[in-house]
Amino acid sequence: MTVIAISSEGPTLNDAVDPRYGRAGGFIIAKVPEDGGEPTISYLDNGEAQMLPQGAGIVTTEHLANAGVTVVLSGYVGPKAFEALEAAGIGVVQDMDKMSTGEALKQFLDGRCSVASSPNHASGQ
Amino acid sequence: MRIGIASGKGGAGKTMLAASLHSVWPTQHILVDCDVEAPNLHFFAHPHIDQTWTVTLPVPQAVTEACSHCGVCRDICRYGAIAKFGQNIAVFPDLCHGCGGCFAVCQEKALVTGTRELGRIEQGSCGDTAYFSGCTRVGEVMTPPLLRKLLALLPEQTPADVIVDCPPGVSCPAVTVARRVDAMVLVADPTPFGYADFCLAYEAFHALGLPLACVLNRCAMPGNEGGDEKLKTFCQTHGIPVAGEVPFTREAAHALAQGRLLPELSPDWRTRFEQLCANLQRIFGEVQHG
Repeated sequence: MTVIAISSEGPTLNDAVDPRYGRAGGFIIAKVPEDGGEPTISYLDNGEAQMLPQGAGIVTTEHLANAGVTVVLSGYVGPKAFEALEAAGIGVVQDMDKMSTGEALKQFLDGRCSVASSPNHASGQ
Repeated sequence: MRIGIASGKGGAGKTMLAASLHSVWPTQHILVDCDVEAPNLHFFAHPHIDQTWTVTLPVPQAVTEACSHCGVCRDICRYGAIAKFGQNIAVFPDLCHGCGGCFAVCQEKALVTGTRELGRIEQGSCGDTAYFSGCTRVGEVMTPPLLRKLLALLPEQTPADVIVDCPPGVSCPAVTVARRVDAMVLVADPTPFGYADFCLAYEAFHALGLPLACVLNRCAMPGNEGGDEKLKTFCQTHGIPVAGEVPFTREAAHALAQGRLLPELSPDWRTRFEQLCANLQRIFGEVQHG
């Protein structure tokens, strides 16, 4: 099963994609059944990672790995977070900000996104 | 006696004062630049460097196949340098603080030790004065282990006084150095920003039980009316002796920008710093190292 995590400024598909990955407020979790049916939607709070002085992307990745996430849609991902996502075997699609989480999910499900091979942001910014 | 020159605020005049004291100090002394994130005392003191060392921190570098994925190393790490993604243990040496806890708790001895460079320390001399300084590696955020190594180079038993240019602020770097000096001179910039940070510095260093003195820098600054008096009132209320004042002048700013020492500008400037130096020796007269 594909489990998609979208960094989000709020708990619904109408909320904007949070451009920050490690320090996102939370994640929309969309579980897509193998038969291609409607995804089930839930919300994962990421409040704890927002408080960390550094390494927020690593802690966030642990939360997502524990939730069984297989791909992340976000705005920008720093180098340590990218390394963590690789170690966790989670794919990442960057530059998905400036839209709602619902639109980001639709773009991904329509096959209009590509999984990144390198981070698009400097450390700690 | 080891005298630290500190300030709550960056750019208050620590290096100016350390270099000026060095040029008028009447007896044999040692000069140390502990502002390892931005060392600049050498611009004024022009030391000849004899020896340089690289300082490293032992950190976990990788995990071997012996790893049982138990996660105890991850759980003991307070800095998030070890993560567990499902069954996969991953190490992030950049985040390590070098406590060694992960190595101690790993039953399988599966963590590979590596090193992370923290920076360099240098030893040399400016004429008769021994000189020590440190410089953090660009990109490194942790300075206390480098500062401890630097200060450990100083001879414990020496009749010479030690003048230490401290890191700015009141966080870990400044406190690491403050714990290793015998008295502290706080350089204060009497602006509203400088005043606020001076109060923080007082709180931090007073709590360590250090004898304190204050030097006001950029006194009588136009547009800052009442600033000098406010700072002096704070010093009086809290029993901090004011050892001297450095006026706000274009002449001083111009000279410092060229790497010149203020006591060398004119006999008046020299007298001002000699007086300041005598005041400090009187204020800290009873202080001994140790």
